[in-house]
Amino acid sequence: MTVETAKHRELGLTDAEYELIVEKLGREPNDVELAMFSLLWSEHCAYKHSRKLLRRLPTEGERVVMGPGENAGAVDIGCGYAVAFKVESHNHPSAVEPFEGAATGVGGILRDVFALGARPIAILDSLRFGELGSARSRYLLDGAVRGIGHYGNSIGVPTVGGEIYFERPYEHNCLVNAMCVGLARTEEMVRAAASGVGNAVVLMGASTGRDGIGGASVLASAELGDADAAKRPTVQIGDPFEESKLLECCLELLGKGLLVSLQDLGAAGLTSSAGEMASAGGVGIDLDVARVPLREGDMEPFEIMVSESQERMLAVVEPAKVGEVLALCEKWQTGAAGIGVVTDSGRIRVLRDGALVGEMPVEALVDGCPLYDLDPVEPDGWLYGNTATLDSAASAEETLLALLASPSVASKRWAFEQYDSVVGSRTARRPESADAAVLAIPEADNAIAISIDGNGRRVACDPYAGTVEAVLECAQNLACVGAEPLGLTNCLNFGNPEKPAPAWQLDRAVSGLAEACEALGVPVVGGNVSLYNEGPEGPIYPTPVVGMVGELPDPFQVAGSAFVRDGDAIGLVGPFRPSLAGSELAKLRGELAPGLPKPDIAAVAAACATVRKAVRAGVLSSAHDVSDGGLACALAEAAIGGGLGCKVDLAPLLDRGLTPDEALFGEGLGGFLLSGKGEVLESLGGLLLGQVGGGEMDIETGDDTFEVDLEGAARAWRSLPDALERRS
Amino acid sequence: MRWGVLQFPGSCDERDALHACSLIGEARLVWHEERDLDGFDAIVVPGGFSYGDYLRAGAIARFSPAMEAVAELAAAGRPVLGICNGFQVLCEADLLPGALLRNESLRFICRQLDLVADGPNPVDIRPESARRRGGVLSIPAKHGEGRYWAPAAMLDAIEANGQVAYRYAPGQNPNGSVHDIAGVTNEAGNVLGLMPHPEHAVDAMTGSTDGLKVFERMAAVAA
Repeated sequence: MTVETAKHRELGLTDAEYELIVEKLGREPNDVELAMFSLLWSEHCAYKHSRKLLRRLPTEGERVVMGPGENAGAVDIGCGYAVAFKVESHNHPSAVEPFEGAATGVGGILRDVFALGARPIAILDSLRFGELGSARSRYLLDGAVRGIGHYGNSIGVPTVGGEIYFERPYEHNCLVNAMCVGLARTEEMVRAAASGVGNAVVLMGASTGRDGIGGASVLASAELGDADAAKRPTVQIGDPFEESKLLECCLELLGKGLLVSLQDLGAAGLTSSAGEMASAGGVGIDLDVARVPLREGDMEPFEIMVSESQERMLAVVEPAKVGEVLALCEKWQTGAAGIGVVTDSGRIRVLRDGALVGEMPVEALVDGCPLYDLDPVEPDGWLYGNTATLDSAASAEETLLALLASPSVASKRWAFEQYDSVVGSRTARRPESADAAVLAIPEADNAIAISIDGNGRRVACDPYAGTVEAVLECAQNLACVGAEPLGLTNCLNFGNPEKPAPAWQLDRAVSGLAEACEALGVPVVGGNVSLYNEGPEGPIYPTPVVGMVGELPDPFQVAGSAFVRDGDAIGLVGPFRPSLAGSELAKLRGELAPGLPKPDIAAVAAACATVRKAVRAGVLSSAHDVSDGGLACALAEAAIGGGLGCKVDLAPLLDRGLTPDEALFGEGLGGFLLSGKGEVLESLGGLLLGQVGGGEMDIETGDDTFEVDLEGAARAWRSLPDALERRS
Repeated sequence: MRWGVLQFPGSCDERDALHACSLIGEARLVWHEERDLDGFDAIVVPGGFSYGDYLRAGAIARFSPAMEAVAELAAAGRPVLGICNGFQVLCEADLLPGALLRNESLRFICRQLDLVADGPNPVDIRPESARRRGGVLSIPAKHGEGRYWAPAAMLDAIEANGQVAYRYAPGQNPNGSVHDIAGVTNEAGNVLGLMPHPEHAVDAMTGSTDGLKVFERMAAVAA
């Protein structure tokens, strides 16, 4: 074996891929070229195991302004405005160094959005950790929450929503997915395609250092293992102040029409941004690494080309405007240097002080990576083990309190109070006050609602049905605030796609995503794939995280999730057929097994429309969808939030053939827990269950009745800080 | 009524403050390098992370050209409101007594809080409705370094002079501030520093309009 072949393996390329590179170049690649190929041909950049599957997703719709392939997707919200949004993972960096990993995850997704010329107006995050009994999980949770807060708070973009689940399979490999939503005047948005031969290529923002070298290939495209501590230097370090200046500077440059195109530097740094800009524009780019401002003077050309130093953007600028661009960067005290030029060569040429140190065709570099078919095999049985923490003989009252205190169900106030949720003065519904975040858009005389969701445990039970549920759960959340879905972004967090079971999960999940989106008429405008999420104990739960954006006419006319009026009727609307399969209760009882009920997408979509209409008409006091922990937990959340008890009888559900356990704690799609006038709820086709009022929850299931005082329920539901402190 | 809202690199809340000011007057942003602020009737030093809060919150911003001009305006008796990071900047610039330390919990905290107006105050720039002792404003706070602190002798003087403009309502002190102090004025009463954010409470849609009263009252004082 030659030295070169050993090196390509270290960089994550297979022998066949290396041979293909040699064939495309017509020679052996040098070190610079090999480093660049290894990154752009990594799973993280090339989507080589997922791109074929992703072709199934519907990406077109009347409201789509920008779809997959741009830095972020965007949909039209009227009056000449669009919202841009995307969710992206920063899982492996966060598993190695949670604070910086999560912080730079936020920084990266912000850049994706303002690269389009959109001002970021909201951040949401979707986090997964192991059970809180583990010191590692508590450390990762604490670091990730601090990191998200550090970056988002410092840059003045509100974190308005999110979700956190705690499950054993994420113990080693936590998930940190961040979503950003931005607002732009549609006509001022820019694309990433480089154009105009002779135009200057300007690198803006922070200087370039050795941080994050190899992040995309070493960290993001391989399984985690024991040697992870040694990978710490591959995690980038974030500086929100740099990004704040860069953000304002870029938006001012775009507002003045000074840029031809703009692209952020993320995974694979200059290599991917220059490569992708050239590829999208069908041009070539010459870059001189000697002109890149460096933190360390002795960096090699390959290091400069692949550094993942944060807070950098690459712009294409007409030569006559370069002076003005540099002056504006000076005003914002952000770095800027002309480092190259757009050419008609169709090649990326890397120079150092004018001397050629690497040259490759754009097509080979960006689009030449072979795409692989998966080899999916449905696993035989439940892969993830079971641990019972609740006796199945526990009373209904004990069960409810145990579910409310289960960290995945419990209030996440401890986390979201560490985030600025109000900056920007758009936040009409703050975390926990409604099922979706609501942001006013006075520019377009309306509002948007945002939800992010993905229950990996249920996807593990049935990847198809679980993924359909993630999409419809978002749609239900939006319906509760009166919003109609406009578009969807997703992050597919899965295990090693080269293994048969994760491959099967991925394949089925993408089908579920495609069919749910198709049925709802919601286009997928962008997304991200994070594979190889495995630790020594095996893969994570397959976790497609769905972020959905919708619009509503009036941010004042939004139902909250909590009860508000003594004496209101309580009703259950929608095709709710709960089962214990894959539920939080099944987890606590150690009864998890493959299989979920088949989702009825059309019926859920119809119920969403009904609820949306009622919310918009202002006839409901509250609206909350039934999710983790079932109807009893939904009732408790509405009661605790409003400080009002309730008296309900679940007989109408038992009459449908449900057991008391299923009626109380079963989970499934299509359940809306509404309060308001009885006749209104009946007119929506709802089952009347009881009334709001009193200081306790009084629940009747056939012959049995149990009571939980509101204070006790609230104590259980707000027990997350205790769970963290008791053990730390 | 002409408002100037300072903008430093790293400011976050300047656009919200600008919006709040523009509801009751003319307002524009003032770049941190501007020196001539004579045209303004009142100045807001907004929240955020000026210069990244490097070194110490507010420690670099106090040396900006615009802050030199703010000090002159303050000395001339014109109203100056510092919010959150702006409060930190005014303390660093010695326009207000005391300092803001890291929250007792060592965590950033974002929460809607009740503020109780305290008094009396020589030149009262607190809102009319909250003027009498016990008046309550519902305003969000969000900060990592909001724990008000002053040496004992200074604290005694502040209390004796009636310079404590706002306290957190009983049981709501989010950060461990001494004497539950949320906002203080200078001795003359024309410079107010407030840790919670009145500019985020000027619209019922986002939860409260109580913050508007702070701006309205400043306008009344300036007039």
